[in-house]
Amino acid sequence: MYARAATWWTILRICLEERLVYRGDFALGTLMRFLPIVTQIFLWHAVFQASGRTELAGYAEPHVVAYYLLTMLSRAFSSMPGLASGITQQIREGEVKKFLIQPVDMLGFLLLGRIAHKVAYYSVAFLPFALVFFLCRGYFADLPPEAATHSITTFAAFLATLVMGFVLGYFLEASLGLVGFWWLEVRSLLFVYMLLSFFLSGHMFPLDMLPEPWRSIVNVLPLQYLAYFPAAVFLGKITGPELLQGLCVEFSWMLFLLSRLA
Amino acid sequence: MPTDQKSNDSTPVVQIQGLTKSYRVYQKKEGLAASLRGLFHREYREVKAVRGIDLAVKQGEFVAFLGPNGAGKTTTLKLLSGVINPTSGEAKVMGYVPWKRENAYRRRFALVMGQKNQLWWDLPAQESFRLHQQIYRIDNVSFERTRDELTELLEIRELLKQPVRELSLGERMKMELTAALLHSPDVLFLDEPTIGLDVVAQHNIQQFLKHYQAERHITILLTSHYMKDVAALCKRVVIIAQGRIEYDGSLSGIIDSFSGHKIVTLQFAEDDAMKELERFGQVLETVPPRVKLRIPRADVPRTLAAILSQHVIEDVVVEDPPLEEVIADAFARARSDQDERDGAAEDQVAEAELPS
Repeated sequence: MYARAATWWTILRICLEERLVYRGDFALGTLMRFLPIVTQIFLWHAVFQASGRTELAGYAEPHVVAYYLLTMLSRAFSSMPGLASGITQQIREGEVKKFLIQPVDMLGFLLLGRIAHKVAYYSVAFLPFALVFFLCRGYFADLPPEAATHSITTFAAFLATLVMGFVLGYFLEASLGLVGFWWLEVRSLLFVYMLLSFFLSGHMFPLDMLPEPWRSIVNVLPLQYLAYFPAAVFLGKITGPELLQGLCVEFSWMLFLLSRLA
Repeated sequence: MPTDQKSNDSTPVVQIQGLTKSYRVYQKKEGLAASLRGLFHREYREVKAVRGIDLAVKQGEFVAFLGPNGAGKTTTLKLLSGVINPTSGEAKVMGYVPWKRENAYRRRFALVMGQKNQLWWDLPAQESFRLHQQIYRIDNVSFERTRDELTELLEIRELLKQPVRELSLGERMKMELTAALLHSPDVLFLDEPTIGLDVVAQHNIQQFLKHYQAERHITILLTSHYMKDVAALCKRVVIIAQGRIEYDGSLSGIIDSFSGHKIVTLQFAEDDAMKELERFGQVLETVPPRVKLRIPRADVPRTLAAILSQHVIEDVVVEDPPLEEVIADAFARARSDQDERDGAAEDQVAEAELPS
């Protein structure tokens, strides 16, 4: 047990060190994340003005912006840039061999690498994130009492969805990467996945705006947990038994992927 | 059951029986039209990389696999290290079936490929070494001792703190070797460890391997294109061509079994006419007063006697043909044999398909 923890710690430490080698690229990549939110604010402002309404599908204009800020946060946990393509590249170039001949589990190793990735990211991005949320605090006004701004339980549930979103995002991308063992080229598959996940995770618009049967389809897919679910939990859109059920389904997805891959 | 090789030196460490590996390769004809056709219908050809290999290697042997590109050497090493699964056949290394990839096996062997990099590219090698220490569960004392010993021997101590990407190819190869040997493997597979290295670096690595193997008495299987590697390191040579073992024995034995000729260099006296030498053998080179002849081995004494009786000779040298040439001949012969076998098999198929 101790030996295993020591191994994990070493992997984590080395991945962190590697992450910090290219300082410029790292800083730029971290800060660029905030740019799209500005365009989203303008876009939705135009949408609301054109419709002449103050509420769209249960979202007031400030809350749509709050929704985007929150999906940005949940995607900071669940997105895994370069994971699947990295795995397929390792398979193509034969580098994957090191995981086959050394007594180390590839998915565990890469998971630790991702954790290091994220830790490095959050420690740098924490301040800009806090600043953006502080500047945008106006958008979080007038939320219902179930929202995480008022309820500590909701806030705890929100944190849980972020962490599970990370694990889910990792295993979804990793399993796509493993397809590379059968298909040497998976770029188009990854593109399809990214496109689907862009719409079906709630990154593009709040999923509860979807009409049936799309709403039900999205509900059975794991993609909504990558962006929509945490944000909706925070905003108090999902509460009570519905929240509990959502958390259980997300947890089951996580266990399912874990059991298939680990 | 996995064996403890130290307990019994006579049981083979590596045992291979009837090992085969085939790949299915997409065959595309030239041109765009063929590419479009390939979208709907694809023709595959079965490539037999390894066609039934039997081999036993004892503890402490240093064996070289020689063979042309695509002969199946690397595939064999990949099978033995469990990177790929075989199509059929069996293999055991120290009692383990390699492609089961048990951790107990993976802790006891190492594979180094000259063309692949296992170290962390952007970090100094010492970080990769620390990671190996953890992965292979090496205790601190033996880790530091082994690391210092290896880096001292390979003269790379000062480079430990330098990012791997900034090392020369030779230095990187030495780092790769160090990383592979940190856990003191009992069996080492080396695939072209000196590929692309300059003569000095090649020599350094040869010397190191020789010293290390002699000291530790571990079992090493090596593939290489450089005869110098093989001549310097391995008493036993296995020639693989067309996925089959064509020869298994000593390096000098290769010439006996594959070359039926000797090269005879004659230095004639100044007044000798040097005429009609073709009847004694194939004339390879004529630089008066010297002539090089290729003579069937069995005929050498008789032919020499005849030449000496008819010509005035000042000096005679009888040598074996260069090893590289003999091996190239052996490869070519294996290839034509295989083509014949394939041809015969196709004829049989064709006959079977004919209406009777």
